[in-house]
Amino acid sequence: MKELKILAVVVFLTAIVYIGVEPYAHSKLHPAVTPADFQFQDLERTGKVGDAARGAETFMMAGCIGCHGLESQGMPFSMDNQSASQSFGVVPPDLSSAGLIYDETFLAALIKNPAKALMVEHKFNEANPHPMTSFYGLGGDLDQEVADIVAYLKSIAPASMSSVEIFDDACLRCHGMKYDNGKLMPTEADAILAYMGTIPPDLSPMIRARSHSFLETFINNPQKHLEGTSMPRVGLTKEAQLQVVDYMESIGDSKKEERERVGLYIMGYFVILSIFAYLWKNKVWREVK
Amino acid sequence: MAQFEKANGIVDWLDQRLAIRTLGRVLMTEYWIPKNINFLWAMGVVLITLFLLLVVSGIFLLMYYKPDVHQAFDSVNYTIMHEVAYGWLWRHIHGVAASATFLVIYIHMLTAIYYGAYKNGREIIWISGMMLFGMFSAAAFSGYMLPWGQMSYWAAQVITNLFGGVPVIGEALVVWIRGDFAVADATLTRFFMLHVLLLPLVIMLVIVIHFYSLRLPHVSNELGEELDFEAEAEKYKVGNKKESKVVPFWPMFLSKDFYIVSVFMVFFFYLVSFHFNFAMDPINFEPANAMKTPAHIYPEWYFLWSYEILRGFFFDIGPLSASDIGLAAFGFANVAFFLLPLLDKSPIVAPASQRGKFNIWFWVLIADLIILTVYGKLPATGANAWVGFFASMVFIGLFVALPFITKNEKRRGA
Repeated sequence: MKELKILAVVVFLTAIVYIGVEPYAHSKLHPAVTPADFQFQDLERTGKVGDAARGAETFMMAGCIGCHGLESQGMPFSMDNQSASQSFGVVPPDLSSAGLIYDETFLAALIKNPAKALMVEHKFNEANPHPMTSFYGLGGDLDQEVADIVAYLKSIAPASMSSVEIFDDACLRCHGMKYDNGKLMPTEADAILAYMGTIPPDLSPMIRARSHSFLETFINNPQKHLEGTSMPRVGLTKEAQLQVVDYMESIGDSKKEERERVGLYIMGYFVILSIFAYLWKNKVWREVK
Repeated sequence: MAQFEKANGIVDWLDQRLAIRTLGRVLMTEYWIPKNINFLWAMGVVLITLFLLLVVSGIFLLMYYKPDVHQAFDSVNYTIMHEVAYGWLWRHIHGVAASATFLVIYIHMLTAIYYGAYKNGREIIWISGMMLFGMFSAAAFSGYMLPWGQMSYWAAQVITNLFGGVPVIGEALVVWIRGDFAVADATLTRFFMLHVLLLPLVIMLVIVIHFYSLRLPHVSNELGEELDFEAEAEKYKVGNKKESKVVPFWPMFLSKDFYIVSVFMVFFFYLVSFHFNFAMDPINFEPANAMKTPAHIYPEWYFLWSYEILRGFFFDIGPLSASDIGLAAFGFANVAFFLLPLLDKSPIVAPASQRGKFNIWFWVLIADLIILTVYGKLPATGANAWVGFFASMVFIGLFVALPFITKNEKRRGA
């Protein structure tokens, strides 16, 4: 009984230290941020219903394919990675799957005003325009034309994609994942350094460096955690973003499943050993007690 | 020369040459331990177990680790964590055991303080124990540098920089420790050497001294009773085992330790597999980057209390700069515990609960260490800085006051 009291004191003091330096201190070091907003409520909603067939024409006439490939429609991007890096600072995305992985409100806002939708207005302005130019319309109703383009992109997007495909599409242009067989970004380092002001980190071990909740809010809105960062808002839908994080975990914490399984076996082993050790101790001490 | 006879078995053969029966008696079956002890007396064996885990896991990690600033991070985070079968297990054991070692060292140390097991013949046990604490601290710090993550680099930067505060030779000392003007490859390779060779050797040596120093004064007991070990051992040997106040190290004492270690291992492997971030800081999973200072730099939890004393003095006093006062206070904090046998003037060996003012002293110390630890991690701004300052003053005050508190101590009832 007395030993249990002593144990309670030791456990209590240890728990205070633990709570103080882990959950409590971390809540002070990294104050909580508002939850991720997958509705993109800060962006304008026009209420226009797009027409995919019209959108296909608008897409071609607006000149999108000057900078973006549409590989799935037989229109690959014309530049190689080197010249694309040098021209734009980063290799522009192929839009074949944009309609699946990016939110439609976000896409519409992006087409009209990239710097605003990407939340990089602190970096890009009239004097220093974003490399993606705003779409000012073909002369008709701008919002309708934008809605048509988004409808077109959605119509050609695949029904589903694997996690690694989404990562490669949404993240890889700036971030390598070298622990996945040495996967590197296609953009050239000196070009992105000049464009972003820093070389974006390789994401291989990032899942161990940042919590799931951090990644969820950060990818959804980088400014929340890192005010002034040049990383743009990614605009992924909730499902697509979860898949990205899944992929990051499959590379950066590849032994998670094994760890949790083996951990239970080892603990089980010591539980059994404890029982035998307890019985042996009692047997030995019976002699002297 | 001794007479050797034809042996009647392997034990006898060895006994004639190595006196293993005598050795076994001296070290195990006739090494007497008081009977009235609780589970806190098992912490030594828990520590040895953890040290063994550190050595074994360290040997496995050493097979793949590359002490080079360009390769260290990936050799740990890719090769060991993904490529090598069960490499993650060895790394997690190593990282968590380091943290757990300090938890148990603190329990072990505070147990000794509570029960007065550092005086009246037990001074060398205490001092060798404190030397182990110092050596383990150095091993933890040097080991933390090896993965060459952000915290490895910046902790190395901050801690080596501390030596710049030493008068006159400070600047030269920093360069000498780093082996370069900045924390760089030369720093990593020398701390690698310290971590895998010199410090483990010294630790093993001091562990032997620590154990040996127990031999004459014997292990203390729950009541601070002065036992006549020879008389009690006689009782035990003639068969009055229940009446005797002592038990042999083997099998009695170790059977209890074995049980406690087994239970502790359940908890330990829970931490290794499911709850390891406290011991393996997430920030260190980002590669070292000299151009990018992390938002918050803090040491591992077990250094926080002394780190808080270091930064607790945040204002200049006359000609003394804040950093110099902090450094002096930090130096004091690190030798204060060594001096405990000198500072405690009372000859009474008893649990703190029977020692009046000392009891208050002990619990204030615990509270102060906890406050220093927690505030050592919080940003040192505003009110936090003042809490740190006062807690540091209390710490120093406690050790200055101890001789006066214990001078005319009278033992109280249980």
